[in-house]
Amino acid sequence: MKIKNYHLATSLQDAYEVLTESRNNAIVAGGGWLKLSSRTIEKAVDLSDLPLDYIKETDNAVEIGSMTPLQKIVESEALMKICKGILPQAVSQIMGVSLRNLVTVGGSVVGKYGFSDVLTPLLAMNTKLVFYKQGETTLPEFLSQKGRTDDVLEKVVLPKTAGTGYFKKVAKTPLDFAVLNVAITKIDDQYRIVLGSRPSVATLSEEAMAYVNGKKSLRDEDLEHAAKLVRKNVKFGQNPRASQEYREELAYVYTKRGLKEVRDCES
Amino acid sequence: MKVNATINGMKRVLDVQPDEYLVDTLRRYNYLSVRRGCDTTSCGVCTILVDDQPVPSCAYLSVRADGKTITTVEGIPKHAEKLSEHFGETGADQCGFCNSGIALSVYALQKSGKGITDETLRHYLVGHLCRCTGYQAQHQAIKKYLGDSDE
Repeated sequence: MKIKNYHLATSLQDAYEVLTESRNNAIVAGGGWLKLSSRTIEKAVDLSDLPLDYIKETDNAVEIGSMTPLQKIVESEALMKICKGILPQAVSQIMGVSLRNLVTVGGSVVGKYGFSDVLTPLLAMNTKLVFYKQGETTLPEFLSQKGRTDDVLEKVVLPKTAGTGYFKKVAKTPLDFAVLNVAITKIDDQYRIVLGSRPSVATLSEEAMAYVNGKKSLRDEDLEHAAKLVRKNVKFGQNPRASQEYREELAYVYTKRGLKEVRDCES
Repeated sequence: MKVNATINGMKRVLDVQPDEYLVDTLRRYNYLSVRRGCDTTSCGVCTILVDDQPVPSCAYLSVRADGKTITTVEGIPKHAEKLSEHFGETGADQCGFCNSGIALSVYALQKSGKGITDETLRHYLVGHLCRCTGYQAQHQAIKKYLGDSDE
């Protein structure tokens, strides 16, 4: 990574203008992965002087500023109340305190990293993103857009719904990337099932969700069938951490366990 | 670029490049307790405190330190000495390369006011790799140190 010039943004407007001046300009968020990239950035736009480091409760949502370090999510009581706290729980398993003091929620979302343990719970929680120019969009919509955004993420918005939830990170050591991660929530009687680190970026399992959400009540056989739908329909792949087949089996087992936990939690 | 920072209680003006990281800047300015380990945020060796929060200096852009307070092990000599005595007595030391990063994380935990249990301690030390000892003796030493320390 080479950075030729540095620009400390004075407003979101200013950040947006400098960012869009050239394809070679880029926002620097926390900077956790900066060094591992081989890019040359003409002008790095730093948002760290803007008031984007906060976790705020409004009447019906919890808003996380894009420059909020992940460690603040781990310590947030407001976020602990949503879906049994799967977001703080998932984030607390990302490396150590010091890295989490550095890396930001904005960088984690905009990077669309395949290995992300942040995107998986967020996708299961009806998350909205607010960009400076584009305004509000949903997380699934953002993830479906190809390529790099030339907008500036302002905040991540989570509806304040109690709900219930399950998160599982399968990793070989606490420091390692996930071999697979699974998040399952139930909000207003609707289940969401998300598989991440497949190793590609997190995704909803639409088939399994349609199946469980179409049932009046879930029997153990139904959970098993839903887990099979995940294994069959979600696309898994291989990388040096695990084979495709291994990931498929993990997805099957943890979807079943997660659905059971979420189902029984409310009964 | 000029960066104004307070390092171990002293105001300093640092001259840095836009893509320079604090591990390089601090070593260049002779804060040699800051060591380069993996250089990719995985090992914890280069940990320093910025505004009392532990961060990996290998990934912290130096330009961002403007107006910040930086602490390296040179800035906490009493704590470091006491901790190192406990490390010695417990046999937690071998090469000592990881100690300065660990000392700063332990110091940050002490200052955070969080209750210290085996679990919080382990949680705080995830990300500090030690290739010599296997962590058990270090945990014992740190627990003794925290029990022994009145600050």
